[in-house]
Amino acid sequence: MRTIRMKTAKRLAGSFLGILAATGLSVGIANADTELTVYTAFEADQLKEYQQAFNKAHPDITINWVRDSTGIVTAKLLAEKENPQADVVWGLAATSLMLLNDQGMLEPYAPKGVEKLSPKFRDSANPPSWVGQDAYAAGIAFNIYEAEAKKLPKPTSWGDLTKPVYKGSIVMPNPNSSGTGFLMVSSWLQLFGEEKGWAFMDALHENIGVYTHSGSKPAKMAGSGEFPIGFSFDYRIAAEKSKGAPLEVIFPSEGLGWELEAGALIKGTDKLEAAQTLLDWAASREANELYNQNFALVAMPGIAKPVENLPPPDKLEAMLIDNDFTWAAQNRDRILSEWQKRYGVKSEPKE
Amino acid sequence: MTQATIDATIARGAAQGVARRGGRGVKPKLGRDDWIMRSAMVLIAAFLVVALVLPLYTMLSKSVQDKAGEFIGLTNYAQYFGTPALFASIYNSLFVAVISTVVTISLAFFYAYALTRSCMPGRSLFRGIALIPILAPSLLPGISLVYLFGNQGMLKELLFGHSIYGPIGIVMASVFFTFPHALMILVTALSISDARLYEAATALRASRMRIFFTVTLPAAKYGLISAAFVVFTLVITDFGVPKVIGGQYDVLATDIYKQVIGQQNFEMGAVVSVVLLIPAVIAFIVDRIIQRRQVAQLSARAVPLEPKPSRRFDATMLAFCAVVGFLIVGILGVAMFASLITYWPYDLSLSFRNYRFDLMDGGGWESYWNSIEMASWAALIGTAVIFCGAYFVEKGRGFAAGRVLFQLLAILPLAVPGLVLGLAYIFFFNKPTNPFNFLYGTMAILVISTIVHFYTVSHLTAVTALKQMDPEFEAVSASLKAPFYKTFWRVTVPVCMPAILDISIYLFVNAMTTVSAVVFLYSADTTLASVAVLNMDDAGDIAPAAAMAMMIVYTSAAVRLVHALATRGLARRTQAWRRR
Amino acid sequence: MTMTTMNPPQTDDLSGAGYLRIENLSKMFGVFAALKSISLEIREGEFVCFLGPSGCGKTTLLRAIAGLDIQTNGSIFQAGRDISRLPPSERDFGIVFQSYALFPNLTVSKNIAYGLESRRMPRAAIAARVMELLQLVGLPDSGEKYPSQLSGGQQQRVALARALATSPGLLLLDEPLSALDARVRVHLRHEIKHLQRRLGITTIMVTHDQEEALTMADRIVVMNHGVIEQVGTATEIYRDPASAFVADFIGTMNFLPGVVTRPGRVAFGGVELDCAGGVNGFAAGTPVTIAVRPEDVSIRNIDGSKSNSFAAQILEMEFLGSFYRGTLIAAGTPADAAGETLTADFSINAVRDLGLADGMSLSIAFPPDCIRVFERQ
Repeated sequence: MRTIRMKTAKRLAGSFLGILAATGLSVGIANADTELTVYTAFEADQLKEYQQAFNKAHPDITINWVRDSTGIVTAKLLAEKENPQADVVWGLAATSLMLLNDQGMLEPYAPKGVEKLSPKFRDSANPPSWVGQDAYAAGIAFNIYEAEAKKLPKPTSWGDLTKPVYKGSIVMPNPNSSGTGFLMVSSWLQLFGEEKGWAFMDALHENIGVYTHSGSKPAKMAGSGEFPIGFSFDYRIAAEKSKGAPLEVIFPSEGLGWELEAGALIKGTDKLEAAQTLLDWAASREANELYNQNFALVAMPGIAKPVENLPPPDKLEAMLIDNDFTWAAQNRDRILSEWQKRYGVKSEPKE
Repeated sequence: MTQATIDATIARGAAQGVARRGGRGVKPKLGRDDWIMRSAMVLIAAFLVVALVLPLYTMLSKSVQDKAGEFIGLTNYAQYFGTPALFASIYNSLFVAVISTVVTISLAFFYAYALTRSCMPGRSLFRGIALIPILAPSLLPGISLVYLFGNQGMLKELLFGHSIYGPIGIVMASVFFTFPHALMILVTALSISDARLYEAATALRASRMRIFFTVTLPAAKYGLISAAFVVFTLVITDFGVPKVIGGQYDVLATDIYKQVIGQQNFEMGAVVSVVLLIPAVIAFIVDRIIQRRQVAQLSARAVPLEPKPSRRFDATMLAFCAVVGFLIVGILGVAMFASLITYWPYDLSLSFRNYRFDLMDGGGWESYWNSIEMASWAALIGTAVIFCGAYFVEKGRGFAAGRVLFQLLAILPLAVPGLVLGLAYIFFFNKPTNPFNFLYGTMAILVISTIVHFYTVSHLTAVTALKQMDPEFEAVSASLKAPFYKTFWRVTVPVCMPAILDISIYLFVNAMTTVSAVVFLYSADTTLASVAVLNMDDAGDIAPAAAMAMMIVYTSAAVRLVHALATRGLARRTQAWRRR
Repeated sequence: MTMTTMNPPQTDDLSGAGYLRIENLSKMFGVFAALKSISLEIREGEFVCFLGPSGCGKTTLLRAIAGLDIQTNGSIFQAGRDISRLPPSERDFGIVFQSYALFPNLTVSKNIAYGLESRRMPRAAIAARVMELLQLVGLPDSGEKYPSQLSGGQQQRVALARALATSPGLLLLDEPLSALDARVRVHLRHEIKHLQRRLGITTIMVTHDQEEALTMADRIVVMNHGVIEQVGTATEIYRDPASAFVADFIGTMNFLPGVVTRPGRVAFGGVELDCAGGVNGFAAGTPVTIAVRPEDVSIRNIDGSKSNSFAAQILEMEFLGSFYRGTLIAAGTPADAAGETLTADFSINAVRDLGLADGMSLSIAFPPDCIRVFERQ
């Protein structure tokens, strides 16, 4: 109640009374309570739980979320490079964090208990610039009803999906905005090699109905049958299925692209202490157990339990490709431009 | 422009006068009122400079810089026009804008014709229905069309296998949301026709058809051109519709978003913004010229035309309006229905599940309350600032050059698409060296951008109302030694109250529905309902997006209703003098 | 008939006998000179009309006096104080406009009290003063009405009361009667005049209606093209116009071509006219314009030998109620040669007694003291 009133008061001041009143009030707030601005690409339905659990441990720190798709959060952070608005990043693609690190935007920090996390899940530097929380993998949402109605065979590999029978039936996220989309494109290029990778995508492009903005949307569109096949990520497909969507989760045989979600401190934050507290908590066992409710793969080894509608963690992990994040981060710009050039603009709509 | 020339001539003439007589010119002493008024006007002008001119300038300069901020001339432009894929967006934008304009104007013209020239029953009802789209964000028709004509759509067979995701969807949704804008202009244009011309034509035994082509159409010419440009500009600068239903069909407005958000390429975003400015500015200039002509046409003393009943004609018009009205209500109804369906298309039971925004992207219910707060501030502060600005321009004494400049500043926002404004704000306010940097990420910047975005129409409404007031009020009160603010408060504001309420409602509703400028400017604390619609749709939560869009419609409608009641109540109390 | 010489603009007298003094006032709008070096003096308690066709500069002059449009050059003194540069709020005047400019959302009482409130008068004193003014303008029961509930004439009275409420030193009336219908206008004319007499307030009224000016003003300032053509009483201006413009603008006037023959004599065709008022200083042989009012043309059928008379023929008679106006042709005169006619007013009696009718020939005369001579245009 008090925070809400204070927020309103601050806004009032910001809109009306100008600099003096605004700064006066924000000083007042800083004394009572620390407000952290946290940029994240976690799913909206996850945020509430994470925040509640965190606040149980640290009631004096208020989290202000800025949530969007991976590409957008990355773009926002880059745009604000000269004048960062975020204090902490929590749950953003490691590829993006590496990019930010190259721009010198991250403050290296080793959270308490970082040594208990799998080395694969953190920056190799010491202290690490970023520390991972979880991993998510590409998957295919397959609508059984619509497939039957349209007589679509069940695909088992990425290669199957270039067959003409799927023309206009597939929806996938646009890699420019979606982290899921990017990890797919990056995985195909790593799996098949550049030339064959692009050739695969050329063929796939013929079957795509729509490229979506976010990585969740294909799972939801497949769930509602708008398009029978949606490329999305493991957790989202499983969650839609749990909600009652007539979906089957398919993991193609060639292997799955995947991405780490990680956290980091933004250089220049004036709330360093609170920000570090958050990252400490983000690396804790409690947090990892929470991640596990949504993600099959988490940073702390040995604690993961199977997620509903997903294979057990070890089985899932076995399907992941050997992802070269450094390569992905370094080639991100080039891959996206190439993708944009090939598929970004079509002057005619898809049939 | 002309005014400036006149002022220059006046100055020159005065100088000559002085030279000829060898004496000194009279330099008027400024009274306290003059000082207050001029300072206030300069203050509002400064606001417009900071909140409009400087950001635009920053954006223009950004378009000729590289990522490091070095000046590189037109290299970015060369690169843009060298990319055929991006170039295609221009073609696409023009294509959908032209088609939408033709469709909207044809429909709106006959609808307006029915409202003004027929005796069909239910004219005020049809007028009300036609204005509904104004209450909704432009994303709403896009969402409804997905439910109607999407791959799982209720009526998808009607598209004969064509996809709604693309130009078909963009045009349909654009027609929906631009319809009321065109209709209002055309109703006005058709209302001012001179009955005597029709009497003369009838006396000469011209057929109804012949009268239509020789009298009605030429008289409504300026209205048609003006409406066409308004619709064209709205479509080409709109971002919501192509975002929701454009599929892979890229247009300029979505290009900006993709360049900035997707590719993190701010410089290229600036270039596309400048390209998008061109059609908007041309439309703006044409509209200005036409407005001037139309005023001239209006000044002739005309006898208002009273339509005469004609059974067949009225029935035809009624049928036409019923179809259009049904489509408008239908699209709204689909969104309302969609928001209440539990899981389309597999679980058709009704529930409020989709209204549980806190489990979705977009900021939850907080976004909705933020929007209400933002819209209230925009209406409150915006109305005060805009009306005062208009008052100083219209009723100030002397200071001609300053007033001409202010007028120009007040008209300029009309030429700037919201998306361009939002991007310009990022460039300008998000620099740590900028003294106004503290505004970035606050509610205040959303309020400011909204006020500036919708400044012109509000300003012109205020100016029109002020022009209708006796120009001698100020002279009289000066002679009575009453300070101007007393007369402003006791006479000008009460007399202009209907216009003031109109402005505030216009600002409120637009603040509720706008996406374009604020999509670049909201922060964690200040997510907005309209942006939430976009984000939820992006995340695939189409039904909750429809639900939030409907919340916006309900709110706008409720506020309009309250406004109508308040206006009536107010009229009873403060406008008693209007009755004889 | 008084033949006092008109008061010339007293630019040489700066001692300040006049209440309002205007010196060399000019106003430029771009390259257009709306006022050209106007000088004028108005005495305390005087009712002065600015009269002229539209665009003559009369309203510009009034607005300069009010400070609403400040002049380009020149000075204005009111009660000895230089007010040339002051904004309207620092000057001392009340003003009434053609449009009344009553505040529509305030009652009549509130309108009248408006200026009083600014002076921080006690409420009771304001109420008393408002009542007094309502009585003064004859609307004692209309205080609680809104302006739109009053007739035009009543509204203008309220506007007058409002302007007078603060007892200003100067009352400015900008075409106050033009928006009213004819009957109300005539009535209000008298009322304003009486009120002005009673209060003794120095008043300037702008009008384009000569009848209004002639009936109301103590002195009339006739203006044209930004200059003052003549300043004088109604009689002076009517009987002794200083220029052909004034002669033409006020009343009806015959303008006929003539040539000066010697001092006091002008040839009009074959007749040499005796001009009691002189020939305006023109040398012998100068072509001039002779001006005679229609009502001054007399019939000489009874005594054709009288001087200043000549033969004429009635072309047409027009019945105007209380008199006839005849269109005549003066045979053998330059006017006849040029195809010009002259008009003459005949009393009903004369028409009846002499049986005047279309086509009749008769002898007419211009009385010597009724002839004015102006430069030939």
